[in-house]
Amino acid sequence: MAYPADYKYTKEHEWLKVEGNVGTIGITDYAQNSLGDIVFVELPKVGSEIAAGKTFGSVESVKAVSDLFAPVTGTVAEVNEALNTAPEQVNKDANKTWMIKVTLKDAGEANGLLSAADYEKFVAEESGN
Amino acid sequence: MSSDTQVATPVRKTALNAVHRQMGAKMVDFNGWDMPVEYPSVGGLMKEHLAVRNGVGVFDVSHMGDIRIAGPQALEAVQRITMNDAAGMGIGQCRYSAMLYPEGTFVDDVIVHRMGEEDYMLVINAGTREKDVNWVTENTKQFDCKVENLSDNFTQIAIQGPKGVNTLQKLTDADLSQVKFYWFTYGTVAGLRNILIARTGYTAEDGFEIYVPTDEATSARVWNEVLEAGKEFGIVPCGLGARNTLRLEGKLPLYGHEISDTINVWEAGLDRFLKMEKGEFVGRAALEKAKADGTKRTLVGLESVDRGIPRDGYKVLDLSGKEIGYVTSGSYAPFLKKNIALAYVPVEQSAIGHEVAVEIRSQPVKCKVVPTPFYKRPKKQS
Repeated sequence: MAYPADYKYTKEHEWLKVEGNVGTIGITDYAQNSLGDIVFVELPKVGSEIAAGKTFGSVESVKAVSDLFAPVTGTVAEVNEALNTAPEQVNKDANKTWMIKVTLKDAGEANGLLSAADYEKFVAEESGN
Repeated sequence: MSSDTQVATPVRKTALNAVHRQMGAKMVDFNGWDMPVEYPSVGGLMKEHLAVRNGVGVFDVSHMGDIRIAGPQALEAVQRITMNDAAGMGIGQCRYSAMLYPEGTFVDDVIVHRMGEEDYMLVINAGTREKDVNWVTENTKQFDCKVENLSDNFTQIAIQGPKGVNTLQKLTDADLSQVKFYWFTYGTVAGLRNILIARTGYTAEDGFEIYVPTDEATSARVWNEVLEAGKEFGIVPCGLGARNTLRLEGKLPLYGHEISDTINVWEAGLDRFLKMEKGEFVGRAALEKAKADGTKRTLVGLESVDRGIPRDGYKVLDLSGKEIGYVTSGSYAPFLKKNIALAYVPVEQSAIGHEVAVEIRSQPVKCKVVPTPFYKRPKKQS
């Protein structure tokens, strides 16, 4: 299964895993695949606020720049610093390679996001398969 | 990034289009052409780029155009419309050059091939095909020569990289060791007689470009035979993505980026291909005047000092934050493993080691001026 069932998804291709009041965020396998070789990830600082639907960073492949959109609102608690030097980790395992962890403002906010099955359907439509 | 918004013209396809799709290539619209940007099935852009630097890669470059100028005054015509000196070229020789507007700015850059005594072929860019053909036709009227658009007559396949010669040699009876860089010959390739084989390319590596008939079956067969022949050298098919990063590392200009109708030859730093002493040619007078007036901006190589990838169109700032220029091409460089860019900056800010900033998503990212080309292929060992 390309999209873990216990994650939630956005139409901008981020995933969110909620554990208590902590949300872990990354990009989906579909996103890394469309981008190609990822060479740069720019993430916010610990302590900064992110807002649902707003950009919180960017990810770049050799040929393209793509904004990262926050699935939920919260405060950045942890940043995956390893991506500064090894951004290709995202290509290798998008599901396990998290980007930031946030303290959620409202844990219920995640309910408005797509389920794995809905996301898979959305991607199939978007890519015309 | 900035994709060209064009009027709805039917998208053009090369004879290898179906082959690219079968191979699972990611296709993009490039100047009205449906072209492969990378082949994820072989590992993608980065792998393709490295294959060309270390071994061999094959590209479909059939979107490039070709203009033949032949007749008693063919040389005079070529001399008039291009900036390099075509006199003294041997039959079978290629020369990098450019066609200029009267303002000394670029119509296009070209490779001039001397095909025969009174017979030349200009290889031109895809995005400027029609413009170039019209320009050549218009500006050679006064000469006794015939201008012919051969752009749709060839499937052009580029076999690039240090193992390109070994790959192609397996498919041809022509002795490729006798073909010097920027010369061409004819030979039987994959059973096809009289194929033009030029030791040219756009990757800053050794390599060849072959011109084969455009029917789909023949084109596909040659493409597949090249892939088969190159297997032992780790050949991969390469898309426009790798073509762009390869040429950027080698500082080879791209029309619409480093050269255009608003940039002159001095600014672009291509004056080693400009032969003012050869006599009259379109653009000469303006370039003479521009030289006397002094060049104000110049093309430099930049390398990121701080984290960030400078990209096409980004602003260049001085360290106080004042806008001083712009990036013409910028990317992560897969072989050099650095973030590099070409940019126009004022001459007084162009010294090697000088620090500037590139504005990336509203943030200044420090970069320094570095020597170019960023990459130079190692001298042949033997």
